[in-house]
Amino acid sequence: MASEKIVTTTGLMGWIDRRFPLTATVQAHLTEYYAPKNFNFWYFFGSLAILVLMLQIVTGIFLVMHYKPSATEAFASVEYIMRDVPWGWLVRYMHSTGASAFFIVVYLHMFRGLIYGSYRKPRELVWVFGCLIFLCLMGEAFFGYLLPWGQMSYWGAQVIVNQFSAIPFIGPDLALLIRGDFVVSDATLNRFFSFHVIAIPLVLLGLVGAHVVALHEVGSNNPDGVDIKAKKDALGRPLDGIPFHPYYTVHDIMGASVFFIAFSAVLFFAPEFGGYFLEYNNFVPADPLKTPPHIAPVWYFTPFYSVLRATTEDFLLYWLSPVVVAYVVLVFATVKRGFAKIVGAAAGAVLIGGFMLIDAKFWGVVGMGASVVILFALPWIDNSPVKSIRYRPSWHVYVYALFVVAFLILGYFGTQPPSEVAGLLCKICTLVYFGFFALMPWWSEMGEAKSVPDRVTFAH
Amino acid sequence: MSSSTASTHSAESARGFVAGDPNDPARRTWITVASCAGAAGAAAVAVPFVSTFTPSEKAKAAGAPVEVDIDGMKPGELRRVEWRGKPVWIVRRTPEMLESLKKTEGQVADPGSARKDYPTPDYAKNQYRSIKPEYFVAVGICSHLGCSPGEKFQPGPQASLPDDWAGGFLCPCHGSTFDLAGRVYKNKPAPDNLEVPPHMYLTETRLLIGDDRKA
Repeated sequence: MASEKIVTTTGLMGWIDRRFPLTATVQAHLTEYYAPKNFNFWYFFGSLAILVLMLQIVTGIFLVMHYKPSATEAFASVEYIMRDVPWGWLVRYMHSTGASAFFIVVYLHMFRGLIYGSYRKPRELVWVFGCLIFLCLMGEAFFGYLLPWGQMSYWGAQVIVNQFSAIPFIGPDLALLIRGDFVVSDATLNRFFSFHVIAIPLVLLGLVGAHVVALHEVGSNNPDGVDIKAKKDALGRPLDGIPFHPYYTVHDIMGASVFFIAFSAVLFFAPEFGGYFLEYNNFVPADPLKTPPHIAPVWYFTPFYSVLRATTEDFLLYWLSPVVVAYVVLVFATVKRGFAKIVGAAAGAVLIGGFMLIDAKFWGVVGMGASVVILFALPWIDNSPVKSIRYRPSWHVYVYALFVVAFLILGYFGTQPPSEVAGLLCKICTLVYFGFFALMPWWSEMGEAKSVPDRVTFAH
Repeated sequence: MSSSTASTHSAESARGFVAGDPNDPARRTWITVASCAGAAGAAAVAVPFVSTFTPSEKAKAAGAPVEVDIDGMKPGELRRVEWRGKPVWIVRRTPEMLESLKKTEGQVADPGSARKDYPTPDYAKNQYRSIKPEYFVAVGICSHLGCSPGEKFQPGPQASLPDDWAGGFLCPCHGSTFDLAGRVYKNKPAPDNLEVPPHMYLTETRLLIGDDRKA
């Protein structure tokens, strides 16, 4: 028997439903999609991230109506938007505040995933799409930052593109290809404009769609890490679930309102946010002949930038090499499979050889990349029997807290000029940051986990 | 909260439902109120965005009045200046040109400049359509679809023009013709006379186009 479509709606809706899964989609993803009823504060940031994405797209559309993507006109066109276009200043500030808001929201969203084990089976793909979104977001922010053509725009682009020249053999040619010229110039600006306005937004929209579809396929995790699909009622509805619409749609509208209060406060009263959201140096037109005395990336890139700065020759030879050796010893001592031991030893040897033969400049870039890419590995390095921090051994909280502190220290010193103290602290924090992940297969299964309830709780 | 629901409880149970029931009309009221507030908020946010479409300060500044020096213009000369991105003609008409306006009075569609679509300023609602008969000021854009007509000041038969042509302007795009006061001939694609911009004389030889406020 051919599968027959059962359409119960009538009238215009019925006509549409016989040709397009409108009611079916609304049911599957909103009115009959069951989400855990114990979502807390940390669960607002996913919907807020979508909200900020829409905000950036809409404000971006209006900015592009007046912006001129040419090295000679870009800076002036931004000032034109700020001064001459009716309400242009508001649209511009919404876009710049939105960019920083995007990263705040996304970091908090990722942190939720970290503490509640949202990346664990069967949600690995949700996490992977999320990490890809994070990478695209960083690219989007980087390309967008060149567009105002200020001093920070220009020199930030110069530095990052030159990082590609650090890659052995192909580096300089690759940097030339990216720039479209021997230095960051009009050619670079034009292609970055294309990436920022069209290429990456399209990819982002696709990835966000995939991220939500993957999530809906398995259902959301919750602060207790309890599987709500394990206990269902007679009609097949999870006992601990509530339909996304109307409960979480209304809940998220409330979250959006609170977000807009904070967003508006910054937007109208402190859009530069002390030089962190709109950097002071960027109010000076780009000058290829003069680098500003104090240069730092935008605040949301600073933790990874600190990792790059910490990777000096000394760090590689006297800190990392012993750590790599110790790590290989650990693998040998604890891992049973011979194959893993061989791979571990070989990788360790290659790495230490590389530290001695290839410039620290290259390893700095690798370290910075690794500090982001290591996030992808999370679903496979977490060996804890429980998902959520609530039921982990009590001391695990301190491990997470240490990770957060290391991340914040790296971030803070990334905004500051280099110094002895900063250098030392950042090296330590880099080891803590990577250690958190590299040692997770071991520490995550240590200690006495608490017993996980089989129904969700609201106590916390 | 419980005391207020207790007092309304009996009244509502008489209606067949309890406070907290999804069909509770109090919820409907709040949803409506919240939706209206949200709609008002959305409209308020839309206003600045739509405003960015309107002319910027730079565009408005570029549309500012233009001063023209008409000193030394020869009789029969046409001087062209730009105002708001459009050509504005100043023609120093000869006595013969002014005479021709009496002849064309019966051939033009709106001899008195009474039409409202491109309103003629009061000081130009006369046969010569200008403040001073000798100097004609008009926007050189055909009232049909926007091309700029060419000068055909020479009277007499010529290509695309009738045998009794008295002198004026011919639009190359669709063939509309105008007399030497910019009045459109009958039965032509263009419906209106050439627009006379607001203008005023600052001195005998300085013309301000775009402004006619007397201080």
